[in-house]
Amino acid sequence: MSNWLKPSVFLVCLVPVSQLAYRAYNADLGANPIDTITRFTGSWALIFLLSSLAVTPLRRITGWNELIKFRRMLGLYAFFYALLHFSTFVGLDHFFDLNRIAKDILKRPYVTAGFTAFMMMIPLALTSTARMIRRLGKRWQQLHRLVYLAAVAGVIHFYWLVKADISRPVQYGIVLTLLLGYRLLVKWSSFFATRLTLKALTAPSR
Amino acid sequence: MLIKKPVDIKSSEITPKELYLNRRQFIASASAVALAAGAALAGIDLSAPGESLAGEKLKNLKKGPPAYDTSEKINSFKDITSYNNFYELGVDKGDPEQNAKYLTTRPWTVTVEGEVKKPKTLDIDGIMKLSPLEERIYRLRCVEAWSIVIPWVGFPLSALINQVEPTNNAKFIQFVTLHDPKRMPAQKPSIFGSALEWPYVEGLRMDEAMHPLTLLSVGLYGEVLPAQNGAPVRLVVPWKYGFKSIKSIVKLRFVEKQPAASWNIMQPQEYGFYSNVNPEVDHPRWSQATERRIGEFLRRKTLMFNGYGEQVASLYKGMDLKKYY
Repeated sequence: MSNWLKPSVFLVCLVPVSQLAYRAYNADLGANPIDTITRFTGSWALIFLLSSLAVTPLRRITGWNELIKFRRMLGLYAFFYALLHFSTFVGLDHFFDLNRIAKDILKRPYVTAGFTAFMMMIPLALTSTARMIRRLGKRWQQLHRLVYLAAVAGVIHFYWLVKADISRPVQYGIVLTLLLGYRLLVKWSSFFATRLTLKALTAPSR
Repeated sequence: MLIKKPVDIKSSEITPKELYLNRRQFIASASAVALAAGAALAGIDLSAPGESLAGEKLKNLKKGPPAYDTSEKINSFKDITSYNNFYELGVDKGDPEQNAKYLTTRPWTVTVEGEVKKPKTLDIDGIMKLSPLEERIYRLRCVEAWSIVIPWVGFPLSALINQVEPTNNAKFIQFVTLHDPKRMPAQKPSIFGSALEWPYVEGLRMDEAMHPLTLLSVGLYGEVLPAQNGAPVRLVVPWKYGFKSIKSIVKLRFVEKQPAASWNIMQPQEYGFYSNVNPEVDHPRWSQATERRIGEFLRRKTLMFNGYGEQVASLYKGMDLKKYY
């Protein structure tokens, strides 16, 4: 892989937040800026989360193995945008009214789902360093399966908060289903393949 | 002796000048006015079908009862016309402004039918002259927990109701919005189906409809209603959540039984027929205790009946508002 590709992708991932900052600077966030920021950061958190989940299937299908090098970056960007989203909720939307925030999290299913998704992403972000990967070994992979749950919770969070127009959350849901479905298919097919091979091997020879 | 009453100052004249100049794209509208004036002199009717009349100044506005006007800061024309829930023109807040061009409002008729002695079909220009136009500065509280202050122009709905003489069987009025995917592009079904069923319908109990706060609005900020705000004629019921104030009305049906209402059909456990603003009855998915006023940072406390309790609480005496939400 050429040396410039990774830094370029890194910069491209900063485009949404730069755009948001530019719009904020120009007072161009519409009549309800807090709502705009909340929706914007939330959407991008989901987009990056789904992008990080797309790496493995794409790698398998295209055979372009170097894609794996972007997985961590995309995952960390998902966490970055989710952190902005959560901070907006805490600092701008509720202005650090912890009592109300706690009530919201406990009482409102869509907030519960979003909060759960964010909480699950924290250990993943913290254990994303090379040292932690080495240290955790096999357990790292087990831990990082949490990302599937985080993505499901994130899409549910979006689906539960819309009033009537479910088309966008459904679109995210379809993408997520495809990405997780692919993994299941791969797992099943390898499971059946193993069984078939075993059968063939153990079949009495004539 | 003729005593001339001084003309009251309209809120539109108190609005900061920069705001005004800013929002009007001054040159564009000035030339449009000049063109219209020239055409009028030449006897040409510019209001051909397909023309949008938004922005045209409304004349001879009188002040509504001062007790009904809020003294809170009026939101800017830009905020009021760029942050809209009008699903027929798109589900995002900015969509209605973008798609406003499709919603032509001439010709336009409103049919009044059902339990009335004098059913009739009114032309929009007739509606605009049905009763003296008043300016009313109302709070609008959206069910999504935000609010905005709007200087409406219109007249009490009661003026129209009195003209058609409801029968004794008329207990409710159902209102119907235009259903025309050509003029309301988001009414075309997408592959994910429609957000709501069309046409949009809403309803009021007769005493609510007759209440002097209830308006038929044809304008705001002293001008003809922009399409995204429900042109050419809409309902304004300031003590109820915004979705009750149905837009772009083509029909009023006087009925005996409580009529269907769009959001109520879609999610009856979330949106009741009454839908009075009530900080103590939460939306099942979010709190209604506070709201964000457009243009403000901190949330403010939501008031019972959106602050119009003094005028309307008596309508609901003895009713359990937790049950009839």
